[in-house]
Amino acid sequence: MSAAAIRKPVEGAPAKWDEDPVLTVEHLTMRFGGLVAINDLSFNVGRGQITALIGPNGAGKTTVFNCVTGFYKPTEGRIVMRHGPGRQQQAIDTLTQGGLKWQATGEGAVFLLERMPDFEISHQAKVARTFQNIRLFGGMTVLENLLVAQHNVLMRASGFTLGGIVGIPSFRKAEKEAIDKAVYWLEQVHLIERADDPAGDLPYGAQRRLEIARAMCTEPQLLCLDEPAAGLNPRESAELNELLQFIRANHETSILLIEHDMGVVMEISDHIVVLDYGVKISDGDADFVRNDPSVIAAYLGVEDEEIEAAPEVASLVVEAIGEGAAKQVGIKAAAVPAAAAVAETAATADSEAASHPGKRPSGLAAAREGGPDRLTRIKGVGPVNEKKLNGLGIWHFDQVASWKKAEVEWVGSYLAFPGRIEREEWVKQAKALAKSGKGKTGGAK
Amino acid sequence: MSTVSTNVNPENSFQASIKDALLAAFLTGVLGFYFLALRTDIAPGGLAVTTRWGLWFSAIAIVFAGRLLLNLFVWRTDKPVTRGLLSASAGVGTALPDLGKWLGRALFAFAVILPFFFIIFFPGQQRQYIDLAILIMTYIMLGWGLNIVVGLAGLLDLGYVAFYAVGAYSFALLSTHYEFIGFWTALPLAGLLAAFWGVILGFPVLRLRGDYLAIVTLAFGEIIRVVLLNWYEFTGGPNGISGIPKPTFFGLEFSRGEGGFADFFGLEFSTIHRFVYLYYIIFLLAIITNIVTMRLRRLPVGRAWEALREDEIACRSLGINTTNTKLTAFAIGAMFGGFAGSFFATRQGFISPESFTFLESAIILAIVVLGGLGSQIGVVIASIVMIGGIEMLRNIGFLSQIFGPGFDPTQYRMLIFGLAMVLIMVWKPRGLISTREPSAVLKEKKKIGADMVAQGEGH
Repeated sequence: MSAAAIRKPVEGAPAKWDEDPVLTVEHLTMRFGGLVAINDLSFNVGRGQITALIGPNGAGKTTVFNCVTGFYKPTEGRIVMRHGPGRQQQAIDTLTQGGLKWQATGEGAVFLLERMPDFEISHQAKVARTFQNIRLFGGMTVLENLLVAQHNVLMRASGFTLGGIVGIPSFRKAEKEAIDKAVYWLEQVHLIERADDPAGDLPYGAQRRLEIARAMCTEPQLLCLDEPAAGLNPRESAELNELLQFIRANHETSILLIEHDMGVVMEISDHIVVLDYGVKISDGDADFVRNDPSVIAAYLGVEDEEIEAAPEVASLVVEAIGEGAAKQVGIKAAAVPAAAAVAETAATADSEAASHPGKRPSGLAAAREGGPDRLTRIKGVGPVNEKKLNGLGIWHFDQVASWKKAEVEWVGSYLAFPGRIEREEWVKQAKALAKSGKGKTGGAK
Repeated sequence: MSTVSTNVNPENSFQASIKDALLAAFLTGVLGFYFLALRTDIAPGGLAVTTRWGLWFSAIAIVFAGRLLLNLFVWRTDKPVTRGLLSASAGVGTALPDLGKWLGRALFAFAVILPFFFIIFFPGQQRQYIDLAILIMTYIMLGWGLNIVVGLAGLLDLGYVAFYAVGAYSFALLSTHYEFIGFWTALPLAGLLAAFWGVILGFPVLRLRGDYLAIVTLAFGEIIRVVLLNWYEFTGGPNGISGIPKPTFFGLEFSRGEGGFADFFGLEFSTIHRFVYLYYIIFLLAIITNIVTMRLRRLPVGRAWEALREDEIACRSLGINTTNTKLTAFAIGAMFGGFAGSFFATRQGFISPESFTFLESAIILAIVVLGGLGSQIGVVIASIVMIGGIEMLRNIGFLSQIFGPGFDPTQYRMLIFGLAMVLIMVWKPRGLISTREPSAVLKEKKKIGADMVAQGEGH
């Protein structure tokens, strides 16, 4: 990953999440056999902020969550959770060299999550999570769900069961407090009326809210939400936004969320990390990420059907690159790019040619007779990239097919997704397409 | 079963029903001829054939009548009676929890006075009935113990009898080796040892799920039995251990003559005193089991068990140490099994590995499943039906009048048992009492239907 693509919104001044991170993920790599799900990923989650982890399907977001919450043991890398302000770098360094899992410091405590089993991460490091497919205790009441979340507090109060069997008064008091806390969260998520109903009976949106309330009952310092808005209607989505903002404002809980609903992400996130194929392609605030060409490329580099199936992505792109340009690159209608736009990109390509490694492929000034090929037929090339390639003078499949390693490297760097061309085998695809002679712009889509 | 039938259906005519019943009766006659009508016995010089026409004809008649009645009222009618039955049973299902509460109170009251009830009303058979009550009470206790593991924590344990055996052998060995150890000192030790073995079993099966868990627990039960059978020097092998002391009443033995229980209280000596005492011991132990279980359900550990049954991954995400939670379930369940085992040893005065076969595990599990996983009163009803029902079969005299003098209904008890289980499972697939009571209530207590409640691993 070229470091140039990761820019901070304000050059020079470090961002809030780098100054006071609650969670730091460093060089995280997760391999499943030969598959590299996450490759050398590093990012920070700012204290008291809402951080969103976004990316196309299969980008490795949930794997990151599973590594952070201990459900997977990462292959490589360090995941540091901090209680108390500041980076506490010295404590982390001594802890890393020693064999301990966590250590109390003057400011609070630091935890090496990759060394801890999942239940300790929740119990000691105070990281709570929700699941993409809701995991409530369906046969238990809503209230019981929230009491189970306070297990460790109640367990201690009950003298590890022995005192509880005898019925010591301190346990009764603790149980009353636990119920009070449950009631507080039930009021926040508007489920107080259903406290005595089984959780499995609740409608979908209510189950999502209950799962968040249950996670909050563990008093987390970091709340990890895996697609909290999935399957919610717009009104419920808005309520979710309010709930998350309420948590940020009134509780000392930082939030890390995975989300596909760009409305939610853009509105409430202080910081967005974009993943694609297990690597970070962008990192910054909402404005920065929205305008980052590599993000646009990643979202548009997918098949047209997917863009159409995910209108929020399309709208993000329209928003990001401007309506006129969107029309040109043809999110809906396929059209030959306007000559002016092509000339413009060609100019930038010329000026940047030297800054990319490898060799710039030779191009044609214009398409040959019969019009250009539809480069989007190559799996992985989206309308934006087609436009960029046209700017380079690449109009036909046989041109792509003739690329050697040096050209591939240069184009990969130019399009801001290194490694993808090889992975998606553009050259091989282009050869096949050139042979079949299909894919003329005039032809059927 | 085709309870759905249209109103203009020639198949529903009376003639068709008769025809169908006759066909069934004919088939019974053909199939049953060699099995029922003819019987060969070894006689001097070969085999002697005896005929049992009565049995054959009654079998045919039963099939004919049964088939005809079913045709007329269920299968070949526009208004099957089962339709009404089904709705009635649904009504019973919702009313049952309340019924369960009152039934529980009534049963408890009856259990308290039970020995005196039998002494007064069945003076001839009091010993037999009290002994049966002791047996049922033992199974109730075992059922309640297993209910913690299977019903609450959702871990299917097919080797529960191992802990029963550990408890029994602990008491037997301790009391026969050390003079000063009596029933009351050995009881807690037996419970502790069984709990220890529960943890030993728990460790290897922690990572197992579903069928694999069931198989390993089954194997564990067999390992314990085989070790008891083969470790001759220590356990006495198949000869078992005899001369296990009887429990004393604050040091008073239930013996004839000077210094005995009857002598001390100025009563006339009777062997029934000891049975009554044994009954109250197991009653007390069972009640303690119940109270502790009900309490545990309302404690964090009990809620964690049930949460574990619902979703283990969610449990871990909430900071619950699932390893410890599973181990406590195994240990506490095993402990109650150990108590019951040590009671069993003192009641019998003799134990051998034969008493701890897989069948015992299966019966205890059947009691829990029939009663309804997690339901305390369900276990009581199922124990009474299954243990008491089988014993009652011995007393049914009229069957031998139909099936001939050699007919012994207890030989068919497993068949009847199986049939009863199938019927109950068809009628109430999640057990007799399948609703779950919440362990904490904010405003209004609502029962949770069985369809919501997860069954845990291995079901």
